[in-house]
Amino acid sequence: MFETLSLLTLQQYWWFLVALLGALFVFLMFVQGGQTLLNTLAKTEKEKDVIIASLGRKWELGFTSLVMFGGALFAAFPLLYAVSFGGAYYVWMAILFCFIIQAVSYEYRKKPNNFFGQKNYERFLYINGSVGIILIGIALATFYTGGSFIKNDMNLSAWTNHTYGLEAVLNPFNVAFGLTIFFLARAQASMYFINNINEPIIVQRAREQLKMDAILFVGFFLMFAGMLLLMSGVAYSEKSFDVVNYKFLHNLFETPVILVSLLTGVLLVLYAFYITLFKASKKGIWFSGVGTVMTVVSLLSLLGYNQTAIYPSLSDIASSLTIENSSGSHYTLTAMSYVSLMVPFILGYIYLVWKSMDKEKITSEEVESDHHHY
Amino acid sequence: MEDILLTDWSRAQFALTALYHWLFVPLTLGLSFIVAIMETIYVKTGNKVWKEITKFWMTLFAINFAIGLATGIIMEFEFGTNWSNYSWIVGDIFGAPLAIEGLMAFFMESTFFAVMFFGWEKVSKKMHLLSTWLVAIGSNLSALWILVANGWMQHPIGMEFNPDTARFEMANFFDVLFNPNAYSKFLHTVGSGYVMGSLFVVGISAWFLLKNRDVVKAKKSMVVGATFGLITSIFLIFTGDEAAHQVALTQPTKLAAMEGLYNGHDRAGIIAIGQLNHNKEIGDDQEEFFWSIEIPRALSLLGFHDMNAYVPGINQLVYGDMDHHNIEPAQSKMDKGKVAIAALTAYKKAKKEGDTAAAEQALVDFRAHEKYFGYGYLKDPKDIIPPVALTFYSFHIMVGLGTWFLALFFFIIYFSMVGKLDNQKMLLRAALWSIPLGYIAGEMGWIVAEVGRQPWAIFEMLPVGMATSQVSTTAVQTTFWLFAIVFTGLLIAEIRIMTTQIKNGMEEH
Repeated sequence: MFETLSLLTLQQYWWFLVALLGALFVFLMFVQGGQTLLNTLAKTEKEKDVIIASLGRKWELGFTSLVMFGGALFAAFPLLYAVSFGGAYYVWMAILFCFIIQAVSYEYRKKPNNFFGQKNYERFLYINGSVGIILIGIALATFYTGGSFIKNDMNLSAWTNHTYGLEAVLNPFNVAFGLTIFFLARAQASMYFINNINEPIIVQRAREQLKMDAILFVGFFLMFAGMLLLMSGVAYSEKSFDVVNYKFLHNLFETPVILVSLLTGVLLVLYAFYITLFKASKKGIWFSGVGTVMTVVSLLSLLGYNQTAIYPSLSDIASSLTIENSSGSHYTLTAMSYVSLMVPFILGYIYLVWKSMDKEKITSEEVESDHHHY
Repeated sequence: MEDILLTDWSRAQFALTALYHWLFVPLTLGLSFIVAIMETIYVKTGNKVWKEITKFWMTLFAINFAIGLATGIIMEFEFGTNWSNYSWIVGDIFGAPLAIEGLMAFFMESTFFAVMFFGWEKVSKKMHLLSTWLVAIGSNLSALWILVANGWMQHPIGMEFNPDTARFEMANFFDVLFNPNAYSKFLHTVGSGYVMGSLFVVGISAWFLLKNRDVVKAKKSMVVGATFGLITSIFLIFTGDEAAHQVALTQPTKLAAMEGLYNGHDRAGIIAIGQLNHNKEIGDDQEEFFWSIEIPRALSLLGFHDMNAYVPGINQLVYGDMDHHNIEPAQSKMDKGKVAIAALTAYKKAKKEGDTAAAEQALVDFRAHEKYFGYGYLKDPKDIIPPVALTFYSFHIMVGLGTWFLALFFFIIYFSMVGKLDNQKMLLRAALWSIPLGYIAGEMGWIVAEVGRQPWAIFEMLPVGMATSQVSTTAVQTTFWLFAIVFTGLLIAEIRIMTTQIKNGMEEH
């Protein structure tokens, strides 16, 4: 089936899958957003335990999505993986440290004799939810703004400055994207708690908190989107790479599917805010989730399709990466495409398990009676 | 060009993070199955004691699992951050198993982990049991795919070099998947995890018996742990034999280092125990060992399944022995490798200039010497030999400890069956102190496999020095120390939490 597809089609298919995984990860960042709201939404130890229990049953899915996103990037676009991770070294390492400390914090936080103390594990969760998420946004934004790298004839790459990615945190576009997903994660966390927790006081605080985070998210999203559509991008042809003004705006109008998907995604997120804030609905997280996935897939599609560089080089434009020059071979993409047929099955069992675990909303009584609560 | 300092720090960082990660993985692999077996007994018998036993071990499993995840996430991304040349040169083959691991194993583990720990009252007994088994299967599937990737590093097959992209590309997925080296490694590695899980259960149960606490639960746990341990220890011997056989067939330099064998010969014996002569240099006439006890012909038999087989030594592998055993000198391979590198460079230049005839000629030259491509980057023929002392002692400590574990499980089962386990204080203490020995054996196994692979990232294809990212040495030093501090802190936390949980006993708290 996949063997008959052209290399370009396979590259496009895999860019879509990478975008989908990235989008699912962004959706699951509501866990990180929730971690930053722990002390805002919970005023007592009991309430804290409820919030941690609610997040604690989901955090591994987000963690796995990040690993999967990296794995898919490695397998499908090894040169992008090599250049970005091997070059923006400090940024990616900082992100990884933020996730290392998350992985132990749920399990160890309330265990006796836990060495760092409960407060520090909660700080770890806060760092993961804030610094980790903003830095991921910054790192992903560099795919639009580019990096200071060159590659030689053997496709081996090197960074041309000695800040190894730290310079990315000074770029306003990158920061705007980081803050956008940070506030999106917090807004989605509030909607998730409203859906998942049956403690009126927490739900009420979450609804209040949502107002602020939704406004900040919309503000930063508009800033980011405006900058994206007005910025130049790198286009490529068989012969050359060229800087094109308003490249992403052009991409948007030249690919109506992406335009429709992006607008639908954004509207769904806004609709989620509306029904949660003004209709007291508990279903906001689902609309927001679908909207987030559509929006992020659309944004990454703007980057990957229509002859656009997925990682422009700021040092040597000819070194810029595209889905065509950074991908795996036809054979590997074909083999991996067969493996990708498992994705609906995996999403299916995740949905069923999630549904059976969440059919009763979390209460403090349940958390207290649970032998293994976090 | 190769920066030795950068290479060594990159290597050190990967070794540090992998060794830390490998402290936790074997227990996850083994304990997940033991917990699943315990829960199965509970579901079959309906005996609440088994439920409490299951929950106790499950809690310890979770503590270990969390730090396993924390130390594991870095492993995948380090290929990009520290080994970016590697990621490009072999990413077309190596990336696929990692991605499949994430898709098949990690999602299964993370999804059903939530049911396993929080689903006791939310799903049916059978669904809960299924979830526990799926976590165990997911953990082991994860090991399968990572060892398919690692097996390919040890014995690269199923690929070809594409001079246009300057990388190795996958030519046959099934060759990569069914690489015999990968399977022997997978079975031996998960086997070592099962033994580690068994040692953990047996050792902690022994502590309870020594303290005369939770005696019934401890004895029941011990029977499950020791039985699983005995069966898997026997399994470990057979898989170890096959793994060593694969090493003999495909990685002669590693085998020679494992045995400290400098001069190859027919009917070679295995050193059961010995002290290497640390003054010995490759090519000199000094004795290999200060003292040793050898099992005659055993290396030929186990390595090649033939008591009379010839086993090449370090000297033959470095200096060659074309006359008797058709072993090419390393220098000759390096010379051919340099020809391959020059031909590839000429090919790329000719392509760029549009000189088709020159490109074709360069390609012919390259293909003629392609097999030796990686050798072209080595500087000294002696570089093909991994650190002998480290590999030798690691291998022998691992084998010695594995033998001890088999005996330990046997005696525990024997005394359990005759009802005299409580009186065997020495044996119970030995069981307790065997827990750290299990960790040591596991780490030694990792050293044999990975240090024994040096100087290659991909055996005989890509030297480690060519695989690193071109970041500054300072950057890698910085992250090395950060990892050392963070992982050590987490390890201290893990040990303290674990020991406290154990001291709290097997009752639900």
